[in-house]
Amino acid sequence: MHELSIAQAIVDRVTNEVKHHPGVRPVEVGVLVGEISGVDKDALAFGFAILAEDAGWAHLSLNVEYRSRRHGCNVCGREFTVAGFETSCPGCGNLATVMLAGDELDIAYIEVEDV
Amino acid sequence: MTRIAVQEKVLNENQRLAAELRQKFAEHGIFVLNFISSPGSGKTSLLECTLAALPGNAHVAVLTGDIQTENDADRLARAGFPARQITTGGTCHLDARMIDRALEGWELQDLDVLFIENVGNLVCPSSYDLGEHAKIVLFSVTEGEDKPLKYPSIFSKAELCIINKIDLLPYLNFDIGLARENVRKMHPGVDIIEVSCKTGEGLHEWLHWIETRSRAASAQAAAVK
Repeated sequence: MHELSIAQAIVDRVTNEVKHHPGVRPVEVGVLVGEISGVDKDALAFGFAILAEDAGWAHLSLNVEYRSRRHGCNVCGREFTVAGFETSCPGCGNLATVMLAGDELDIAYIEVEDV
Repeated sequence: MTRIAVQEKVLNENQRLAAELRQKFAEHGIFVLNFISSPGSGKTSLLECTLAALPGNAHVAVLTGDIQTENDADRLARAGFPARQITTGGTCHLDARMIDRALEGWELQDLDVLFIENVGNLVCPSSYDLGEHAKIVLFSVTEGEDKPLKYPSIFSKAELCIINKIDLLPYLNFDIGLARENVRKMHPGVDIIEVSCKTGEGLHEWLHWIETRSRAASAQAAAVK
């Protein structure tokens, strides 16, 4: 439900970036969305399309790269993808593993072309 | 075609404001907690009985977020401490800017503790840093033991999970052992406190948690200075 404000933050970031590069227009923005970031990809894309058009970037596309949840074990050093909700270490059974990836909500890049 | 590398958080602006708030809270020695739960889990009730248990000269204030109505601030102000409503008008979470604005006019040097009651929602508030010392997630025994599994983001970010309404346990099929296990699955190191705002059970442990954590936070702030 907050995807619209997130989409707005992405569009604003693109608008600000383009201001620094006269003579170009943005064509694609790359975003990383983690499994537990709390963001729904489809709702984000829906809000983004409307807001991008509103900002004057009707041809701007959103490229969402999804990141699954990965944890690492401090005891045996193993790194693993969390399947379901099981966060204990599959190697040594340690319960207190730490999250390495999966909560991303990052803008990776903005692709621009000459006008 | 040229690619400009950005590599920053989408909510960078919120992060920046939250960092400023955190700095402000540290300067004034304010311990800040951000309460997150579904609507109806008992955030306001927990705050009501927390405020009622505090001495009248405690330097505590409350900000409470809702989409509409001033009802919660009215309820909380009855305890005699400053309470302000943040009415988001549709937004499903509080963000750092709303907190910054809501603090205007309060003498921050006179505050020791600030409770922020977020909009009732287990999803969106977990993405927004408010400069708090800790997020607290509440869920109540009428909600189902698998709630932590359904909302992994907030359960893995919260430092304390409060299981509320335990006075209702005799009337429900809620397996509190399983609920605790699910909380720990999402966040192995999290603290869990079971409370009933109705009977007062567990409140002592909760107040002790606030005291211990706020002392640790002020020691840390002093060390930085």
